[in-house]
Amino acid sequence: MTVQQTPILALDRVTKTFGHGTGAVRAARSISFSLHAGRALALVGESGSGKTTCARMAMREYLPTEGEILFKGQPVEGTNAAEAAHYRRAVQMIFQDPFASLNPAHTIAYHLKRPLMLHRPDIKRSEIDATVRALLQQVKLDPDLVAPKYPHELSGGQRQRVNIARALAAKPEVIVADEPTSMLDVSVRLGVLNLLSEMKQEMKLGLLYITHDIATARYVAEDIAVMYSGQIVEWGNVGKVIDNPAHPYTKLLLSAVPDPDVRFDDPSVRLRPEDVEDIRRQSAMTQDRIVEVDSDHFVRAA
Amino acid sequence: MTAPLLSVKNLTIDYIGEEKDFRAVDNVSFDVAPGEVFGLAGESGCGKSTIAFAISRLHKPPALIRRESTILLNGRNVLDLDDKALRDFRWREVAMVFQSAMNSLNPVLRIEHQFYDVLKTHKGMSRPQARDRTAEMLKLVDIAPDRMRDYPHQFSGGMRQRIVIAICLALDPRLVVMDEPTTALDVVVQREILQRINELRRSLGFAVLFITHDLGLMVQFCDRIGIMLAGKLVEQNTAEAIYGSPQHDYTKQLWASFPSLHGGVLL
Repeated sequence: MTVQQTPILALDRVTKTFGHGTGAVRAARSISFSLHAGRALALVGESGSGKTTCARMAMREYLPTEGEILFKGQPVEGTNAAEAAHYRRAVQMIFQDPFASLNPAHTIAYHLKRPLMLHRPDIKRSEIDATVRALLQQVKLDPDLVAPKYPHELSGGQRQRVNIARALAAKPEVIVADEPTSMLDVSVRLGVLNLLSEMKQEMKLGLLYITHDIATARYVAEDIAVMYSGQIVEWGNVGKVIDNPAHPYTKLLLSAVPDPDVRFDDPSVRLRPEDVEDIRRQSAMTQDRIVEVDSDHFVRAA
Repeated sequence: MTAPLLSVKNLTIDYIGEEKDFRAVDNVSFDVAPGEVFGLAGESGCGKSTIAFAISRLHKPPALIRRESTILLNGRNVLDLDDKALRDFRWREVAMVFQSAMNSLNPVLRIEHQFYDVLKTHKGMSRPQARDRTAEMLKLVDIAPDRMRDYPHQFSGGMRQRIVIAICLALDPRLVVMDEPTTALDVVVQREILQRINELRRSLGFAVLFITHDLGLMVQFCDRIGIMLAGKLVEQNTAEAIYGSPQHDYTKQLWASFPSLHGGVLL
């Protein structure tokens, strides 16, 4: 990555194993990436590739089996309660399901007051209502209309904006967004992605954008990491990786992205099931060698 | 043009409410030719799944199909079929694959048995006959026939979806209705499945009514496409025209909401 200053959050050769013995699953294998202020990293991969495991480790929801998580250069493990609380405030998450991540029994205003009261002792009680209004305006919702409503009265896109406002309420430095638009209608997806991009730039947030949709990765992020079977197989500048993929799995993924210029009837674009099987098998093996394809573009090889 | 296989005319469907009705499908007409892939695109709530349910007569109250509607399959009005005719019609003439179809397999029965259920009920096949047909169908969807002795949980999501498609095709239907058949799957698996269905429709000659919200995918697969907005079919044309020269503002808006792999948005 071109940015030289200390990243806000970094995973350094982190491995997560579930279970033990012969049944052990290595959900994340020697994962390294860093998040910088005002930049987004897209973590792309299919379901089961380990993306969400990485997100959960970044959230300190899972402890890594091996490796370290560094917050502003300091390992987070073994920190005291005050530092842990600081971390919980500084790293916020936006979940995939806007329907399940808001409490149906509380108003939108309540959802935004809670993080303010928990994490923002700098805000006086008398100022909380005004801050809630400001947060809603920031995510382009009308405070008069939305604040008194309950989640069921809002659309999916509106709820996801409330989720973003809730994350922003804690004044975070890092936002982890796990598939934030995959459950939204296509016409509102771009709006939510645009909002995330704006917030990232204006508030100098480090954004970890997790998705299976590599086209939106290019839209949102500066950097990309492609995961398969628990390993990051290729990473670097988003344009370089997408325009000049070097790993067989990245190439396979890109060739399968729906593209209206490619018709299934065209025999030259046909994916052969045996080739797909082959790429999957090879990519799942441990790949220790790192090759620099270009400046800021790396790939793993066996 | 040859006579259409499926002809939907003036289809209007209301969901009956206590105070007022909700018009889910509003005077929709379209034809699907034999062997053709026709796509219905639109966002959630636009009525595309309601149409799919009506075509296989799977709709239940409070959905009400208004009297002026007709759905002709091979010239026969599907809406007039009695219970017995309906049993013969479903699966043998029209088969359906849903988004969560891979979860519709019975978890405690072997794959072989689930094929046998269908083949015995509809064709009166014996077990050995059914086994031969099962092997043949599994090969069509790239699954080794010796795996018919396995249970659903022993397959991946993509494989289960292919098994459901194989069961659907086992009776040689003339029309397969696919409602978001690959939305829950990864792009690589999605591509493999749809590519296979495309080859099969070329060789077996069935028509497909394909429903999805992904316009890019739809253009790759379909011959003709209809765009739905709030229960109305606002535009229908060939896939090339929907992509190359969309007429309706809503079609243009839909295109503008897909980010392109090559930067910017499509169009």
